[in-house]
Amino acid sequence: MDTTTFIIAAVIKIALVVFIMLTGVAYTTWLERKLVGRIQNRWGPTRVGPFGLLQPLADGVKFILKEDMVPDNVHKGLFILAPALALTMSLISIAVIPFGENITIAGHTTALQISGITHAGGISDINIGLLIILGVTSIGVYGVALAGWSSNSKYSLLGALRASAQMISYELALGLSLVGILLLAGSLSLRTIVETQIRGSEHPWLGFLPHWYIFPQIVGFFIYLLAAFAETNRIPFDLPEAETELVAGYHTEYSSMKFAMFFMAEYVNMFTVACLASLLFFGGWHGPSIPGLPLLLQQLLPVLWFALKVFFFIFLYIWIRGTLPRFRYDQLMAFGWKFLLPLAIANIIVTSLIVAWNG
Amino acid sequence: MVHQVLFIVFGLICVAGAINLLVQRHPINSALSLVVVMASLALIYLLLGAEFLAAIQVIVYAGAIMVLFVFVIMLLNAGAEERTRGSHIALFVGVPGVAVLAGTVAWLLVHSSVKLGSVTIGSKQFMAFGDTHEVARLLFKDFLLPFEVTSVLILIAIMGAVVLGRKEG
Repeated sequence: MDTTTFIIAAVIKIALVVFIMLTGVAYTTWLERKLVGRIQNRWGPTRVGPFGLLQPLADGVKFILKEDMVPDNVHKGLFILAPALALTMSLISIAVIPFGENITIAGHTTALQISGITHAGGISDINIGLLIILGVTSIGVYGVALAGWSSNSKYSLLGALRASAQMISYELALGLSLVGILLLAGSLSLRTIVETQIRGSEHPWLGFLPHWYIFPQIVGFFIYLLAAFAETNRIPFDLPEAETELVAGYHTEYSSMKFAMFFMAEYVNMFTVACLASLLFFGGWHGPSIPGLPLLLQQLLPVLWFALKVFFFIFLYIWIRGTLPRFRYDQLMAFGWKFLLPLAIANIIVTSLIVAWNG
Repeated sequence: MVHQVLFIVFGLICVAGAINLLVQRHPINSALSLVVVMASLALIYLLLGAEFLAAIQVIVYAGAIMVLFVFVIMLLNAGAEERTRGSHIALFVGVPGVAVLAGTVAWLLVHSSVKLGSVTIGSKQFMAFGDTHEVARLLFKDFLLPFEVTSVLILIAIMGAVVLGRKEG
């Protein structure tokens, strides 16, 4: 495939994926309000459209039409840069996430991944995909930190300090929880990690379980799940927002679309960690194939399995939000540094011993 | 072709970030310029085929070390720097000095390219050089002892930090 075709295909894929992602984000807010409502014995949004389905559109219009206020005495450049940085960094991660194998439309075959290249020998993608996601998340901390500082308000600064300290602390546990998988798969490429899980399915774990890494890495999965909740500032780790103590945390001074950008960034991050969990622990797009479907549907079926797995994690997020109370800040730090981090290191040692033993 | 263009673009961004770091008066702007320098260096590493190094550069330098810098600046709430007369002398002597130094280094590098060995950006030779397996083999096989000694050094530094940061009594 030559460069021009690749760029054209990539631009089309980027437009499609960003559209789907942002629609997904909008409807996750709807789902969240609906589900949390039901958990608390309420209805959630019902007025705008059937089942309140047009609520996200109404919210979007409201965000755009509201007055965009920049308070006095803020550091203006950084105040505007911060939400853009947060949203950009969260959206970049999608570029390396594979959604499936090839897709053939009107004679053109392309990989179901923005940065994937189809060639005669199969599909290749960036061989450090996982590191790119970790790197982009670590840059995303700046969005939060700068927002809090440039607002020139004590609530924002406290919220930003909490948020960035929490994100940096849990990034360690998050990164280390994935090392077990890397040892088993022997690659940093997300596509290769999924392919080793699919290829291994001739030898199921214990004879009947699919060859997904959740089963040998159950400890790693729990560390990842908890650290991912903290990374995305969700309940029970939503101390950066903690509306009862800090008004709204680092985005207290933001209004209109700038506030919406932080909101979108948070939800896109939720999607990213849900995608990563599905790819690394649940075999990505691996699922039962249905014979006799036309080629296009046959190729889109894995995307459906992937989407279902991602949906499961989003559902879990909302479910936990409706169930658990918030941690105290010292509990949060002690939990991350004194429990999750040692556990992740122990998991790495045990996994590498077993991998070395099996040679 | 694409490689050369990208190399020049990110090289220019890198130099612009470095100059901005010196020119800016507010420490937070300088710190953020340094982040830009780190990130564009990472992209240059990526163009040279050292993907692993590029990712680590972003995670460690841009993502961890510079966040600490920014934290310190935020907590101290350092204001804009004041210009003194000494800065003017530094400007008139320092800038030509730096230009001469940079020119000399560039001239030496270009003229000793035969002795040091050189490859074209984007060629196959380059792409096989910096991948994760190659870096891992160097670190854990050829340079195992220096690597482990460095890790002990870092451990000592961590322990020192814990001792210094501990509350008295």
